[in-house]
Amino acid sequence: MGNLRWLAVLPFLGLVVGPFFVNRVTPYVLGMPFLLAWIVVWIILTAIIMTVIYRADPANREDAQ
Amino acid sequence: MNAALALIALAAIVALVLGFLAKRGKDMNLEQWTVGGRGFGAIFVFLLLAGEIYTTFTFLGGSGFAYGKGAPTYYILAYGTLAYVISYFLLPPIWRYAKKYGLYSQSDFFVHKYGSTSLGVLVSVVGIIALVPYLVLQFKGLGIIVETAGYGAIASTPAIWIGAAVVTAYVMVSGVHGSAWVAVVKDTLILSIVIFLGLYLPYHYYGGLEPMFTAIDKAQPGFTVLPAHGQSLWWYASTVLLTALGFFMWPHSFGSVYTARNERVFRKNAILLPLYQLILLFVFFVGFAAILQVPGLKGPDIDLALFKLSAKSFAPWFVGIIGATGVLTALVPGSMILMTAATLIANNIYRAFHKSADDRQVSRLAKLLVPVVALVAVYFTLQGGETIVALLLMGYSFVTQLFPSVVLSLAKKNLATREGAFAGIIAGVATVAAISLTHTTIGTLFPSLPAAIRELNVGIIALVVNIVVLVLVSLATQRVIAEGAGFSGVSAQDRS
Repeated sequence: MGNLRWLAVLPFLGLVVGPFFVNRVTPYVLGMPFLLAWIVVWIILTAIIMTVIYRADPANREDAQ
Repeated sequence: MNAALALIALAAIVALVLGFLAKRGKDMNLEQWTVGGRGFGAIFVFLLLAGEIYTTFTFLGGSGFAYGKGAPTYYILAYGTLAYVISYFLLPPIWRYAKKYGLYSQSDFFVHKYGSTSLGVLVSVVGIIALVPYLVLQFKGLGIIVETAGYGAIASTPAIWIGAAVVTAYVMVSGVHGSAWVAVVKDTLILSIVIFLGLYLPYHYYGGLEPMFTAIDKAQPGFTVLPAHGQSLWWYASTVLLTALGFFMWPHSFGSVYTARNERVFRKNAILLPLYQLILLFVFFVGFAAILQVPGLKGPDIDLALFKLSAKSFAPWFVGIIGATGVLTALVPGSMILMTAATLIANNIYRAFHKSADDRQVSRLAKLLVPVVALVAVYFTLQGGETIVALLLMGYSFVTQLFPSVVLSLAKKNLATREGAFAGIIAGVATVAAISLTHTTIGTLFPSLPAAIRELNVGIIALVVNIVVLVLVSLATQRVIAEGAGFSGVSAQDRS
C-alpha cells in the first residue's frame, strides 16, 4: 500500500487542472464535445484507480477487522 | 384526472405503503429511527448515498442547467467523482469514531471531538440553514413535476403542498428504513428512464449525439465549452473543489455514514459510485436536446426543460411514468433531509439545553418537528426565484465551512482548538451569508483583481477566510493553554 495511496491525487489533476488545457469543442469523441469526453474518460479512470488502491490496501483483506 | 397524474399519485401511494411496511416488526427507538440500527450493508448504504445524489437536483436541475448554461453543468459530473475519492480516506475514521461513542448525528461528532456542547449547537444551526435550500429545491421539483405532468390541471402551489404532505407523512411513519426501501425502487426507475431519454431524444430529434452537439454549437457557438468570462474555467475549478469537499459535510450524508455495518462498505463504494455518476451524462443529453426543441425558457424556468421536452415528445401515460420517477427522486432525499433537520433540532439543540430529557422525549419531539420544518420549507418554496442549481450551491457554500474542523480533528494531534473551530466556522458562514444576501461577487467587491480571482466560487473565498481564522485563533488559544500549563513545568505542547 503506502505509495499507491498517492494515486488518488491523479483524479484531482485530471478533473480540476485538466480542463484548463482541454477546454475545446473539437474533436468530438463518442459524439461528445472534447471537454465533456475528457471528463467522462477521467471518471472511468478514477474508478480504475480506486480499484487499484482498494486491492492494495491491507485494511480490505477478508481477515482484517 | 389524466393518465399522467394517476401514475404520479400511484407512485406516491406505493412509496407510503413501502414506508409503512418497512416499519413493521421493528422497535422504533431513536437509533432505529435515525441510523437504521447501524446494520446496513454495502448495497443499502450505496443506495442511501446514491439516493441523495440522484435527486430532483440532478433530474431537473442538471438537465435545466445544461439547457440554460451549457458546459458549466459538467461540474456536477466532476465533483461527485472527486468526493468519492475523498470518501475512501475520510469516511472510515469517522465511522469508527461514531461507532465507538454511539453517535447519532454530525453535531455529536463535533461535541465529542472538541469537548464542546456549544460547538455542537453551532454545527447543528449551520446544518439546518444549509438544509433548508436543499429541501426547498426538492419541493420546487415536486411542484414542477405535478404541474407539468398535470397539463395545467393542478397549479404549482397546491402541487407543492401535496408533495410536502406526502414527504412529511412518509418520514413520520418510517424514518430511515423507509428511505432505503423506496431508494431501491427509485434507483431502478431513474436508471432506466434517464438512460432511455438521454439516448432516445438526441437520436429522435437530431439523428445522434454528434449532430446534436454540432447543431447547438452552430446556433450558440462555445455553448458546450466553458466560457471565457462568468462561469469560466476558474469558476468550474473552484466550484468542483468546494462541492467535492462539502459533499459529506451535509448533516444527512454524515448521518448516512453511521448506517453502515462496517467500514469496508465505504471503500467498496468508492469504486462503484464514480461509475454511477455517469448516469448524469444522460441527464445532460436531455437538457442539451431541449435547447433547440423547446427554446425560450428563462431564469428559474430552465428547470422545466426536461418535462417540457417530454410532454412534447411522448404520450401522457409515459410522461406519467417520468413524473412518477421524478416524485420518488424528490421523496427519498426530501425525507432524509426532513428527518435530519428534525433530529438535529431535537437531539442537538433542544437536548443541549435540557440535559435531563430522555431518548423517548427527544424522539417524540423530533417527530413533532417534522411537519414544522416542512412548513418552513414550503414557505420558502412558494417565495421562489432561484434555479435548482443555485439553491444547492448556496447550501454547499454553508456546509463546506465544516470541512476544515472535521478533517483536522481526525489527525492524531488535533491542530484546531475548540475556539479555533468555532471562530473559523462562524467566519466562513458569515462570509457566505454576507455575500449571498447582498448578491455581491468577488468581481463587484474588488473589480481591479485579475479575472481568475474574480470568477472564483464565493464559497471558496469563505473557506479561505475560515481556515485563516481557524489557524490564527487556534494558535492563540493553544499558547494560552501552554502558558497556563507552563507553571507546573513542561506542557504537553512543548514536549511534542
